[in-house]
Amino acid sequence: MIDKKTIEHIAKLARLHITEAEAAQYSAQLEKVLHNFEQIAKVDTAGVEPLITPTEIEAYWRDDEAKKDFTAEEMTANAPSRTGNLFKVPPVV
Amino acid sequence: MELTFASLSEISDAVKSKKVSAKEVTAHFQSRIQALNPKLNAFTSLNQDALKDAEAIDARIAKGENVGALAGVPFGIKEMLCTKGLTTTAGSKMLSNFVPPYDATVVARLKQAGVVVMGKLNQDEFAMGSSNETSFHGNVKNPWDLERVPGGSSGGSAAAQSARLVAGTIGTDTGGSIRQPASFCGIVGVKPTYGRVSRYGIIAFASSLDQAGPMVSSVQDAALTMEAICGHDPMDSTTSQKAVPQWSKNISTNIKGMKIGVIKEYMKGGLDADVQKTFDDSLETLKKMGAEIVEVSVSMTEFAVPIYYLVATSEASSNLARYDGVRFGYRSEFKNLSSIDLEDFYGKTRGEGFGNEVKRRIMLGTYCLSSGYYDAFYNKAGQVRRLLTNQYLAAFKQCDAIVSPVTTSPAFKIGELVNDPLTMYLNDIFTTSTNLAGLPGMSVPFGMSKAGLPIGIQLTASHFEEQKMLNVAAALESVSPVKGKNPHVI
Repeated sequence: MIDKKTIEHIAKLARLHITEAEAAQYSAQLEKVLHNFEQIAKVDTAGVEPLITPTEIEAYWRDDEAKKDFTAEEMTANAPSRTGNLFKVPPVV
Repeated sequence: MELTFASLSEISDAVKSKKVSAKEVTAHFQSRIQALNPKLNAFTSLNQDALKDAEAIDARIAKGENVGALAGVPFGIKEMLCTKGLTTTAGSKMLSNFVPPYDATVVARLKQAGVVVMGKLNQDEFAMGSSNETSFHGNVKNPWDLERVPGGSSGGSAAAQSARLVAGTIGTDTGGSIRQPASFCGIVGVKPTYGRVSRYGIIAFASSLDQAGPMVSSVQDAALTMEAICGHDPMDSTTSQKAVPQWSKNISTNIKGMKIGVIKEYMKGGLDADVQKTFDDSLETLKKMGAEIVEVSVSMTEFAVPIYYLVATSEASSNLARYDGVRFGYRSEFKNLSSIDLEDFYGKTRGEGFGNEVKRRIMLGTYCLSSGYYDAFYNKAGQVRRLLTNQYLAAFKQCDAIVSPVTTSPAFKIGELVNDPLTMYLNDIFTTSTNLAGLPGMSVPFGMSKAGLPIGIQLTASHFEEQKMLNVAAALESVSPVKGKNPHVI
């Protein structure tokens, strides 16, 4: 089921470069894990709403206020590359 | 008072009454870290300002200020939590140089309670692992046997606490990452109800499962720490607005008349003999203490591991999309290119920045969310998750707390399971369902294997019923054979 083409497609969707060796390893492992996942197919879930947040959380909204908790300097301090307070990236076109 | 083994309140009371200064406490634990950490690899970085931070607490006490319930208590924080000015790598090359400009709410609240942050603790990369073997910083060793894993992903927290390098630690739990290492290292670890603890500033793994919690030496210390970190946070809309009870003041070992549930689907055998004995002993003990053991059925637990890995990897693949090499974190070398393809920029950066386990899970999650598979996998998992949760809530109408093993075996050897992800995933069979259902869960040390390794017992309770769970744990703790035993490394 998980052939090389599928692995390449998934890696592209995930924006993830993987090596030939990794592709081979993942395809075997994903196959095994997904096979294990297929157990849930037999559970009757007709009409069941999927559960996303597991506890009842009261709705809460913050006031829509502009705040200046951080300076531009602090926000860009972790950038791998920057010019002033701008994020610098290689040319993309 | 022997500082190394003192409880959180003993340290705090001594600091507040000036029997010992926060600075002396900090220096004491710093010397322990210095002596023992090279053997354990539990700490990944140290707070160079810890002594200064301790002095500031002493100065406030001298002025008569109220410094909080955990005044001067040294804590270690898992790498997953942002700490202002202190490297927060999440155990990954991807974040190896990341220094947050802010504290996670959990860290801010601990500081408000007077805690001295000693440094950051090792973990599996992005909290993905059950053995602490996937960290960019190398694996952590179990203080009870240096050839064994401490468990994961909060293995650094478990090892540091077990060897008393600090007085308290914080871990995070997505599918058992607090409880499993707590069991492997003979300490108490609690995952509170989903929504009790703010996730603001915690590196996101799987948002509907992640919760931070204490990994400490006693049930009482766990309750005190939870009181400091729990409660609504405007910065995390999934936090509950329910009041935080004073668990530490209400802990009682009197469990007479309590109904303790045992999940009948868990009784299929297949447990390591020492784990089975520990579990059987716990039931006997609870009965002797006057509790009634009742059998409950949660048949959907059979599917807990597949649902867990479907939900966790899907949410992880989405959460980890933010690591693109633009605003923070690792970036691949592109210096000599004048013009490159943008997808290559992301792909190469992510391919080099993430480790093997993380890439495997991103691939799995992306597959499950991809066109044609979403309904069969992610959506289906969500539906079965609701059925599982409903069964748990029905079971808690018949009992106050549920008792079970934490894992199928005591700590395994380093390298033993690393190339067998499925077996490693199945190791989480008893812990994942509590995260899926959002229930509080904890591990309390209650047995020793023949080889001299600690074994924990897991307790869970219904949503927001942490007190019942803590009380049963305190009752077991009061007669635990692990009590007073220390790891060989000490």
